Amino acid sequence: MTAPALRRLLDEIGPVDATGIEERVAKFTTRSIKKQSKLFGLRLAVTMVDLTTLEGKDTPGKVASLCQKALCPHEGDIPMVAAVCVYPSMVKHAAKHVKGKGVKIASVATAFPSGQAPLKTRLAEVRQAVADGADEIDMVINRGAFLEGELALVQDEIVQVREACGDATLKVILETSELETYDHIRAASFLAMRVLRPGDFIKTSTGKTSANATLGNNQVMIEAIRDFYLATGTEIAMKPAGGIRTAKQALQFLIAVKETLGDAWLNNARYRFGASSLLNDLLRQLETQRTGAYQAPYTFSDDSTGY
Amino acid sequence: MTLPITKTPKCYVGGAFIRSESGRVYETHRSSGEFHANIPRCTRKDVRNAVEAAAKAGAGWAKRTPYNRAQILYRLAEMLEARAPEMAAALKECRRSVDTTSPEQEVRATIDRIVHFAGWADKYEQVLGSVNPVASPHFNFTITEPMGTVGILAPEDAPLLALMTLILPAITTGNSVVALASHAAPYPSILLGEMLATSDLPGGVVNLLTGERKEMLPTFATHEHLRAVAATATQEEATALQQGAAESVKRVILHDPKTDWFSSSHDSPYSLRDFTEAKTVWHPIGA
Repeated sequence: MTAPALRRLLDEIGPVDATGIEERVAKFTTRSIKKQSKLFGLRLAVTMVDLTTLEGKDTPGKVASLCQKALCPHEGDIPMVAAVCVYPSMVKHAAKHVKGKGVKIASVATAFPSGQAPLKTRLAEVRQAVADGADEIDMVINRGAFLEGELALVQDEIVQVREACGDATLKVILETSELETYDHIRAASFLAMRVLRPGDFIKTSTGKTSANATLGNNQVMIEAIRDFYLATGTEIAMKPAGGIRTAKQALQFLIAVKETLGDAWLNNARYRFGASSLLNDLLRQLETQRTGAYQAPYTFSDDSTGY
Repeated sequence: MTLPITKTPKCYVGGAFIRSESGRVYETHRSSGEFHANIPRCTRKDVRNAVEAAAKAGAGWAKRTPYNRAQILYRLAEMLEARAPEMAAALKECRRSVDTTSPEQEVRATIDRIVHFAGWADKYEQVLGSVNPVASPHFNFTITEPMGTVGILAPEDAPLLALMTLILPAITTGNSVVALASHAAPYPSILLGEMLATSDLPGGVVNLLTGERKEMLPTFATHEHLRAVAATATQEEATALQQGAAESVKRVILHDPKTDWFSSSHDSPYSLRDFTEAKTVWHPIGA
């Protein structure tokens, strides 16, 4: 049963046509992207990657190698990725390698991935990460409160985290797999966007649950961004994360962006991929395009899976 | 009169039965001249997909104990034995006037060869590996390891026996295979796929494609993930294979197109060596 507050919000912003969304995104997978446009898409996708390592076994050494990979993904004229994404305790180690070199440091905070910690603790975590050098903070929303209809509480927490961020960009993770329906995803998107600054992100998932970013979730969120932009003029950015492993998928997400939000969102200030294995597949396809021969995955350096 | 239910021939890739990603087919005809079947006409993208499937399955197959690989190969022989008349009938449909052996003989020889290599699975290491005398206090020995994923280009004749003769040494030694079957006589490979699927061989270890050789040969030659290619080839094809393989330092194993596939020379354990890498270990011993 939908909580009254949630129902009122849904009435205000309009529901999602789930069947329509599914059909729309199914079309994205049938586009034929070849030659120059494929090269353009692949290179663009590389610049949009938030190269991520979020594991209990992360070490400063592993973060160092991740940073090297982010700065120079492969030989040749491959561009840098957008950012490295690490746990708060690893921010200071990442800062030693990438600060001032064009790759940003993103840090998940607020008791990622569950968000189940006292607000005071979560805010302290954000402040520490920013103090250590994080340029961007990925926060998780309070899904339990959201589903119970405590929308004001969810929004207040986002505002407090935003204040704690200072100048750092904020990315709000909705954790779509726990929101259950497209309507809820749209509602949560609006809830977050109403208190975000231009250039802040909404993000699909933590990558720590069974279901991750899908074209459907992505579409609901970018349509919410479009509707919000048309209504208010505020430009919110988007980051799908988790489950995007192949270059082919990445191109399909870019098609969705191009056809929903237009060229203005086709850059890494407005759109990112949260991923770890995606980068190597992009490099592999770029190399295939360059040489004309299909490549073996082991000829590309492992960033985070090789330990 | 009953309505005949005809089979849609599909390729066996990654443990599943697929059509070509291109959706294309080509017709084959019975020896009497009438239409027989629409066979998938695979493309370089199908080769790419098959290599992905083979690479995924390869690591698990290589880790199986040699004893287990032997059991599974023997099981493949059992599956072929059970459907031997059906396979012989399929071979009969694509026979040419020059063939001197009967379809039944070809099926029999294939089953024998599978059992033969099943036997080698846990014995070839004793033949191909060695303990090497060295002039230092080291215990020095050489063992074999599988190469990885291997491409196979089967000849036009002996569509079952030749195909299996090329595949067997590769999978016995723990490699995974992407094989292109005979163009003129592809149907036996379609049936073989169905037998592989019920043989306990993990899906993706053997992947069988059908279609035009000239469309896929350049991909077999240049694909970096294929570590070896075994083929019967014309002089022109052999050159193309070797030139394409040079960039990725791929091993090219060429067979004489005129070879007699029934010959026991194909039972040699040294055919297994074509698909292995040697690893030599220097182990220090007491001072």
